[in-house]
Amino acid sequence: MRFPDLARRLITTTFFLLLGSPLLALELEDQRSYPGTGDVVIKVISTGDLEVFEPFILAFQAENPAIGIDYFVTSSAVLHRAITQGAVFDVAISSAMDLQFQLANDGAAQAYTSPVTQALPAWAQWRNQVFAFTAEPAVAVISREAFAGMERPATRQDLIALLRQNPAIFQDAIGTYDVRTSGLGYLFATQEARNSDTYWRLSELMGLRGTALYCCSAQMIDDVAAGRLSLAYNVLGSYAAERIARDDRLEILDLQDYATVMLRTALIPATATQPASAGLFIDRLLQEGMREQPRIWALPPLGAAQTPEARAYGPIRLGPALLVYLDKLNRNAFLSAWSDAMLQDAVENP
Amino acid sequence: MNTAKSLPFWWRSIGQRLTILLAGVAAVLAILSWWTVTTFAREAAEQTQDNVLVASATTIAEALRSEQGTILLELPYSAFAMLDAIGQDRVFYRVSAEGVTLTGYDDLAEPAGPVRRSGAVTVRTMNYRGDPVRAVTVQRTVLAGQQPVPVLVTVAQTRTGVDAIGSELSQTAAGLSVALFVLAVGLGAVAASNALQPLNSFAQAVSRRGPADLRPLRRQVPAELSPLLVALNRLMERLGHSIRRSEEFIAEAAHRVRTPLATVRVQAELALHTVEKDAEKQMLRRIIRAVDESSRSASQLLDHATVSFRADALAQDHVDLAELAARVSDGLAPTADMKDIAINLHCNGPAGVRGDAILLESALRNVLDNSIKYSPAETDINVTLDRLDEKYWRLTVRDHGRGFSAPSLPDLTARFQRGANVDQIVGSGLGLTIAKEVLDAHGGRIKLTNPDDGAGACVSLILPAA
Repeated sequence: MRFPDLARRLITTTFFLLLGSPLLALELEDQRSYPGTGDVVIKVISTGDLEVFEPFILAFQAENPAIGIDYFVTSSAVLHRAITQGAVFDVAISSAMDLQFQLANDGAAQAYTSPVTQALPAWAQWRNQVFAFTAEPAVAVISREAFAGMERPATRQDLIALLRQNPAIFQDAIGTYDVRTSGLGYLFATQEARNSDTYWRLSELMGLRGTALYCCSAQMIDDVAAGRLSLAYNVLGSYAAERIARDDRLEILDLQDYATVMLRTALIPATATQPASAGLFIDRLLQEGMREQPRIWALPPLGAAQTPEARAYGPIRLGPALLVYLDKLNRNAFLSAWSDAMLQDAVENP
Repeated sequence: MNTAKSLPFWWRSIGQRLTILLAGVAAVLAILSWWTVTTFAREAAEQTQDNVLVASATTIAEALRSEQGTILLELPYSAFAMLDAIGQDRVFYRVSAEGVTLTGYDDLAEPAGPVRRSGAVTVRTMNYRGDPVRAVTVQRTVLAGQQPVPVLVTVAQTRTGVDAIGSELSQTAAGLSVALFVLAVGLGAVAASNALQPLNSFAQAVSRRGPADLRPLRRQVPAELSPLLVALNRLMERLGHSIRRSEEFIAEAAHRVRTPLATVRVQAELALHTVEKDAEKQMLRRIIRAVDESSRSASQLLDHATVSFRADALAQDHVDLAELAARVSDGLAPTADMKDIAINLHCNGPAGVRGDAILLESALRNVLDNSIKYSPAETDINVTLDRLDEKYWRLTVRDHGRGFSAPSLPDLTARFQRGANVDQIVGSGLGLTIAKEVLDAHGGRIKLTNPDDGAGACVSLILPAA
């Protein structure tokens, strides 16, 4: 089966958490506790994998040994639903900035100000409630083996031409997000569709070649590395870069026409019981985000939003326009257009 | 003074009063301008937000379409992108057809009331999810199949941006108003002092005048001050008349008293020779003495009136003080002889001064007369003329009488003021006053001292040399 080995990552633990009166079932992918020396424990719900965030948590605890951290990993959709329904968390970190924006817009976040948040560029925060701490582009990852001897496409136009001309290499060997289930994939897709009409042409072609749909970047990268995929499109650049650093089977396509840059954001939910400690956690995140070079993790800092490709459109704007594609009518219309393009040969989602 | 004390301090000066009033006006204007700017700024910001909301709702309404009887909508990206123009505000929206929410926040209230025409816009302020929001509803009728369906598009936004703009402009306006106020107070103070300048110079012109100067003031004054000037001049004129009348009256009275007194004296002297009893002689002598004193007082009153008259238009004759002293001491020699007093003149002329010979004579006569009066019998009176310095002559009358009582020295030249040690000696208290007035009129001065070397009084008449 060409489909990602979901079995490994669907060790989805389902936690039943007593969260106030309603008993909320929370689908968690992972969870780990980092006890502190004091009584304070902040509950962090995040879409960021533990491997990526653990160094940060440890660094934070080294500076604030008294604060214990319960770190819950889940999908952006589950995170959004949990916070909307009033689950008690102190920090919510998500790569789906549209959903994070909606949480703040709908009153589920609380404001936090500190010298650190004030140092943040205006475009990287909203109402002192949503704070961006990384700027991560969507990239295309290719298998060096599959692309052996081929010229690397420099634009999406070139990529389309390449896909057209080499059906053998790409037939059933392209992977991208399943935007129906992945919040981040949906965000990338909608923003790209808004920016350029090449998106639909590319989607048509990917649908024609038979494209595998994934929930997460890591699995796409895994499958490219394993040779199951020749091309993974709209992979989270930070994860790709981190993998490529230790896996020479992979390569990031340098597409120069434009880049969709997403901001990873954090907010303090209105339900937070430890807002002060949560604020320290946010401050630490933002300090990391405002560095020139990442130090304790592979996540690119906010300054990455200033690369030439990213500058063409800038990072996705934190503003009410993010609500547009969350609108259920728009979502239905977009998903139906996307399905028409992407699911031409009725490839099934496992 | 009592009235002045009962006033609050800032009311005591017209300048302060003007400044404070102007400052008050400036404060009122500053507050008014701040309030106006703040209100307008707030209204402008609200208007901008309303316009953006209307544009957004209209853009959404324009995107409504129907397909096979179903109303379809694809929210235009721009409809929401434009909403962060003012600030970071929360956005809510709802699209509904006949009460059924097509999309958006279905608890967002829509304007109640009858269905209106397509394109109608309603703007409201209300509370939603704990924040005050500005909500714009645009109505558009969409043909769904055969059926026209009114669709309401509501876009609502919190007012954080408007508040921020409003308070920022309000602070700027407050700063400007304070600056304006400070400037206005400064200019007000300058204006007040400038406006009062004619009054001050008028007051100075009046206060510069000598005590006896009753001539009318001739100067250009602002219209507001001219009634005061006219009134002041009239007052001085009346005062001058009144003083002159009373002087004339006194002179007339003194003159009229002197003649009958002379007659009484002659008669009393005749009677003194005819009576034989000692008691009667004694009585007549007392009468004669009283008559003498009265006639002397009358003379002094006449002298004083003369001084008052002649000092106003002082003659500028050349007068030799040595000659004058000789003449006066000759005139008083009979009186001095009666007490066996010798008047020793040490005057070597010529000692020229400019002035009125009659007045100067009258001054010296009064001084010398005083000396004779207060000197015991068989003493000397020395009259000395010398040069005080380059500018002044000094005529000193030194007797060996009781001297001046020390504490009363400065007061003795005041009218009708007499020393503390005069005992029963009869006097009007006018003598030194006359002398002083004459010397003042001539630009000189009188100096009363008790000399260090023994008893007696010393009066120096100091006059500018011609």
